[in-house]
Amino acid sequence: MVKSRPKFVMFLIRLFAPITRAYRAYVTSPKTRKLRKYGPPILLLSPSIILVGIFVYTLIGRSISMSMTDSYTFAQMVGAVPTETVWFDNYVTLLTSENFLHSLQNLLLYTVVFIAGTLVMGFIWAWALDRRSRAEGIFRSLYLFPMAVSSVAAGVVWRWLLNANQGNQASGLNRLFQNIGLGFLQNGWTTNVTFGITAIALPAIWQMSGYVMALFLAGFRGISDDMREAARVDGASEWQLYRHVLFPQLSPIALSALIILGHMSLKVFDLVVAVTDKHFYPTQVPAITMYNYMNAGNYAMASAVGVILLVIIAIFIVPYLIHVGKEAK
Amino acid sequence: MSIDTTTVLTGKRTESKSVTKQGFDWGRLARYLILLISLVFVLIPVYVLLVTSFKSVGDADPSRAWAFPLNWSIQSWITAWKGTTAMPSVAAALGRTAMMVIPASIISAFLGSMNGFVLSRWRFPGANIVFTLILFGMFIPYQAVMVPLFKMMASLWTAKLLVPGAPTLILLHVVYGIPITTLIFRNYYQNVPQELIEAARVDGAGMLGTYARVVLPISIPSFVVVLIWQFTSAWNDFLFAVFFGGNPQTQSPVTVTLNHLAHGSMLSDYGASMAGALIASVPTLLIYIVLGRYFVGGLMAGSVKG
Repeated sequence: MVKSRPKFVMFLIRLFAPITRAYRAYVTSPKTRKLRKYGPPILLLSPSIILVGIFVYTLIGRSISMSMTDSYTFAQMVGAVPTETVWFDNYVTLLTSENFLHSLQNLLLYTVVFIAGTLVMGFIWAWALDRRSRAEGIFRSLYLFPMAVSSVAAGVVWRWLLNANQGNQASGLNRLFQNIGLGFLQNGWTTNVTFGITAIALPAIWQMSGYVMALFLAGFRGISDDMREAARVDGASEWQLYRHVLFPQLSPIALSALIILGHMSLKVFDLVVAVTDKHFYPTQVPAITMYNYMNAGNYAMASAVGVILLVIIAIFIVPYLIHVGKEAK
Repeated sequence: MSIDTTTVLTGKRTESKSVTKQGFDWGRLARYLILLISLVFVLIPVYVLLVTSFKSVGDADPSRAWAFPLNWSIQSWITAWKGTTAMPSVAAALGRTAMMVIPASIISAFLGSMNGFVLSRWRFPGANIVFTLILFGMFIPYQAVMVPLFKMMASLWTAKLLVPGAPTLILLHVVYGIPITTLIFRNYYQNVPQELIEAARVDGAGMLGTYARVVLPISIPSFVVVLIWQFTSAWNDFLFAVFFGGNPQTQSPVTVTLNHLAHGSMLSDYGASMAGALIASVPTLLIYIVLGRYFVGGLMAGSVKG
């Protein structure tokens, strides 16, 4: 066969031999096999990797660098006036300003009341529903529905309910208290400078308790009747049953709920805007402070507030993720 | 303890004979009392929304705050639906929001599904690190990226590469939806037997072929979860809407319109804003009623686990 080939073909084959050999080696080499094996999945994932890389990591980096400049005005924002690096000055300014400390204190109060309220409500509902109550499905659905409503829509009605007027001018919950003979419960709700923020936690509890109920209910359902019976046969009292059988089973769920709720509560924005206002001092929270800075063209301070929020969230999310990671192993 | 990502509320404990007590069951009474009192707490806002939305403007005396309307009037509903010169129309906003939310959820779902597939069943070295890095995006408060994000979007707007309103919001909901959708699909696909994938591989199917012919057809439950999750969170979103929604009257989603209605010039007109709140909540409530179990499932997926 080979002999029958014309001379110039043989010449060409010989000429390209190193290339074909290299190609063959390339195709069969372990490295290429890897590329052919792993190339496609990496390619498929790359749009997401690039997007997350830009929109999460790069932007966080730029927020941090922006927070260390003196870009306080619109003129600097559009680049008409140069900015300078001031390092941590903005953080010092924020953490020593009474306004910002007030909004941090508000955030703490709100978080504590919101989480405690939601966990307690959710647990009680789950406990009451767990015993195969009649009409369980209806109760469950009704408790859950506020979660489907946006904070802005919920804010419309809670704004009315939390009306601060009292006496003759009272409406909302204050009027309801009067009508049912509990007039002494009337109060100024969100207008209290220190505790006004806890009134905002009410609609938040209203929205999220059903979710915690669903979590706990799933936990209760994971504990079989056999387990309960076994504990009872062993002579465990109802309290011991809860203490030693049910609570240990439910604690991982409670921890997840705690993390999710805490995460939600630290970012609170919509609800406060909807129930009171962006410029209402008693209910200021960092997310709103940041919005106001941004609207005023003060990008440096706005970024600094954003970074502070990120740090606060990281402080309790990272240990949780490490904990979860360890459990998974 | 891991929580099922697709559905949770289906499981009832299997019935077994429990110890029957003699006499009247006080515990049972207490439980029902708690349930009923809680129900009042949950339903009070609904009562207020309904009653107030049917009152006419002249029926706003504080002393009648909790009473039924003197005359049932649908004027507030008409005002909210059609809008006035001072108030944006909720009907128009509903349409705009749907045009934004539906594409955003569908794109998110497909992206998340492909990511989840690759990260669980077509893995490559370093897949775990990539997954962790993607997942981290779920935990960042958007405030931490808002300033540079706004600058970036604003420069895209001036370069005419993007328009404020729906297109920008679709992009943002898709991008920031990547972590949660990837997580839900990855957890779902981890329960798909690897043998199924290997069988397709042996038959000569490539990655995309395996995905399209083997994985996609069994993904419907988690598609439902993800679509619902993305739909409700994008529909109810206010933070992105207020920064990137563009003109509040003509471009923004319904949450911005609603906020405008409630805080606008006619502060005393609670009727219209309550009617508006009810109208704006209909789509998510409908989804919740029809697919409620999956709705909770989506939220469960938010509880990150190993």
